[in-house]
Amino acid sequence: MIRVLFAFVLFFAALPARADVDIKEMTTPGGIQTWLVEDHSIPFVVLELRFRGGASLDAPGKRGATNLMTALLEEGAGNLDSRAFARATESLAASFSYDVSNDAVSVSARFLSENRDEALALLRQSLVNPRFDEDAIERVRAQVLSIIQSDLKDPSEIAGRAFDTLVYGEHPYGSSLNGSLEGVSALNRDDLLAAHRAALARDRLYVSAVGDVTEAELSAILDQLLGDLPATGAPLPPDADPNLPGGVKVVDFPTPQSIARFAQPGIDRDDPDFFAAFILNHILGGGGFESRLMQEVREKRGLTYGVYSYLLDRDGAQVWMGSVASANDRVAEAVDVIRAEWERLRTEGVTEQELQDAKTYLTGAYPLRFDGNGPIANIAVGMQMEGLPIEYIATRNDKVNAVTLEDINRVARERLDPNSLTFVVVGQPEGISGTIN
Amino acid sequence: MRFLILALLAGLAFAFPARAEEQVTTFTLDNGMEVVVIEDHRAPVVVHMVWYRAGSADERPGVSGVAHFLEHLLFKGTKTMEPGEFSATVARNGGSDNAFTSYDYTAYFQRVAADRLELMMRMESDRMVNIQLGEEDIATERDVIIEERNQRVENSPSALFREQHNAAQYLNHRYGVPIIGWQHEMYDLGLEDALEFYRTYYSPNNAILIVAGDVEPQEVRQLADTYYGVIPANPDLPERARPQEPRQMAERRMTFEDPRVAQPYLSRSYLAPERDSGAQEKAAALTLLAELLGGGTTSILTEKLQFETRKAVYTGVWYSGLSLDDTTFDLTVVPAAGVTLEDAEAAMDDVITGFLETGVDAEHLERIKMQIRASEIYARDDVSGLANRYGRALTQGLTVEDVQAWPDILEAVTEEDIMAAARDIFSARNSVTGYITAPKVTQ
Repeated sequence: MIRVLFAFVLFFAALPARADVDIKEMTTPGGIQTWLVEDHSIPFVVLELRFRGGASLDAPGKRGATNLMTALLEEGAGNLDSRAFARATESLAASFSYDVSNDAVSVSARFLSENRDEALALLRQSLVNPRFDEDAIERVRAQVLSIIQSDLKDPSEIAGRAFDTLVYGEHPYGSSLNGSLEGVSALNRDDLLAAHRAALARDRLYVSAVGDVTEAELSAILDQLLGDLPATGAPLPPDADPNLPGGVKVVDFPTPQSIARFAQPGIDRDDPDFFAAFILNHILGGGGFESRLMQEVREKRGLTYGVYSYLLDRDGAQVWMGSVASANDRVAEAVDVIRAEWERLRTEGVTEQELQDAKTYLTGAYPLRFDGNGPIANIAVGMQMEGLPIEYIATRNDKVNAVTLEDINRVARERLDPNSLTFVVVGQPEGISGTIN
Repeated sequence: MRFLILALLAGLAFAFPARAEEQVTTFTLDNGMEVVVIEDHRAPVVVHMVWYRAGSADERPGVSGVAHFLEHLLFKGTKTMEPGEFSATVARNGGSDNAFTSYDYTAYFQRVAADRLELMMRMESDRMVNIQLGEEDIATERDVIIEERNQRVENSPSALFREQHNAAQYLNHRYGVPIIGWQHEMYDLGLEDALEFYRTYYSPNNAILIVAGDVEPQEVRQLADTYYGVIPANPDLPERARPQEPRQMAERRMTFEDPRVAQPYLSRSYLAPERDSGAQEKAAALTLLAELLGGGTTSILTEKLQFETRKAVYTGVWYSGLSLDDTTFDLTVVPAAGVTLEDAEAAMDDVITGFLETGVDAEHLERIKMQIRASEIYARDDVSGLANRYGRALTQGLTVEDVQAWPDILEAVTEEDIMAAARDIFSARNSVTGYITAPKVTQ
């Protein structure tokens, strides 16, 4: 039973890096760019692929198609049906996982050196020649429908949905990437083929590899693996325009503990004030037990098990978000305390000690993230998605250290905006009346 | 395709161990504290953990949740540290820290740069014996754990269902009581309850130190002697003998209704033997049986119920051999739309009966063993995972030798062993069958 879920701490895991990690940037003869870290100490390879766009590429009226398509990639490919594909993967003790978010389709592969070629041949089939057999579609569709149904009664999911709908409206971010019961029921095989062509294309591809493989080997591997994917996919959607009017939206749901999501406008990571905002957020609600929100809401008042804030930097929207959960008769106080802390931080700023503590944590934690082939591969592909160069690894701590007390307190005054801080509360909260319909 | 509503159950899934003896050094301090060092010099990181052989199943009746409550309270002050100073100090050194409680253990850990190990040992050894708590710490932190229970259990019909199911499975053992505690008992947990648990169980001769990462065993030994070795052993440490299960003689069935249930499903558990030191063969056979029956797309339940008859949208089987006392072998079926729970249960039982008749498919078993061998390679990439493996084993009645013998024992399991284990385990008298569903709407 972990004492606190650090779910959002990982949000920034894609940025820092070990200073001495040796990443090679390379381009294959076929034109695929990749980052490679050679490590021959354990006889296996981790390969991470990201296709930008993900579920946001769902065609109009086809919400859920990219999700269902992605779930079916491992359900039969080439001349292997679903079960034959699974048996083949197991025989090689390889692991392939296919995941989708609103910004990317992610493929994570792990395979042994001793049967690398066979494993890659299987992986290639799943990416290039997925079968989308009718029986597999029906089976996986039933699973997705069951998940959608369950989410309709899960307070945390309800909160996420209500928040997304309010904030992102008609943008793909505004609805569940699973799709709706009706929408998913209506998807057909052609929709999945179209979603596959739209999402898995080379013009939006990011690759990292870590482990027992050389530069020359990886070049040949990637051209073979990915060369037959279409050169271009569907255009990315326009940016969202987050609606954060301030106030509270209450969604009635009979459950003992209310769940709240809250947000104000965020900040782009290209913004010159990004690092100041990043440290500011760490002090506000990003830094485990020491953050102001944890101290005030949990440690001093016992109102929650966990309260967090984080800078959510999506491809098409930036919001400064947070979450908390408190019993129905206590959540009103939790919301009040969060609002008060938001205002106090804006007007009073942080202390020199808080800034120093945040810097020592953030710069000290920086090398700890690179402790294995799996984590390194994830970070390397994430950095590419963010548009960060390899040199960033060497300069990132300097950027953190360069933030002054004046910078951070100016950013607090300019960027923290209690008036636009918008709460969505799901449950039966006492003493909270909604101001947003 | 993973199935979300059962995500919490996945915590029960076993992980195959690693063949990593070459990374592991063990020794014992003069006061009886065991030490395990796992070397991985690829990154300048260290994980420092102290595991206590004390968990919720060691609580006395009436104070359920006190082991976990105490875990929270260890982040309050000691004679020399202010409340919160522990975690704040770890953070100021670029590290992160946390703790977790289970039935058989409580563990505290920090993940820091390797050159901060000494500071971690100084602080962790301090709170092994020197905590200082006031009534106000108790009141606020009790509210926190009540909110934790709200979040994990009260807000989740699946979690409430699991609690009821477990309680029905164990007639006498404390495994039937939730780790976080029953809600009504949590309200009354007090300072003296926590301190009593602390004084009884927190001592070097009831603890295991695990240090994993970029360290040398000799350095760990010196530091451990300096900080932990000076703490006297507790001569009054009680023998770890908890109330055991009697013969179970009656099949139990239960239905849990909650309007928040969107997807009904059923779960079945059988009381099962655990891994015992020097005698892990039966548990190894059950481990492979669970894989054959429910380990992924090619497993028998999936094959029959999801591919052939299509009566289920999801099936799963779990067996965790890591447990100090009797454990469980668990099956779950989520019926397809239009299939009743009774139908789904009958279909599940047909699969078990069929398996007992047809036996093990040799190729299937070989695929699973191939994955076991591979997992020994993959596990070397995750030194924290290795640390957890040793911590769990050593607090649950096993030795370092048992951990290291486990891959070979799994490899040696035969088809006959598996069938013998299957015939033993599937006995209705040892079982609980639960349905979770929304209440029927009355007309």
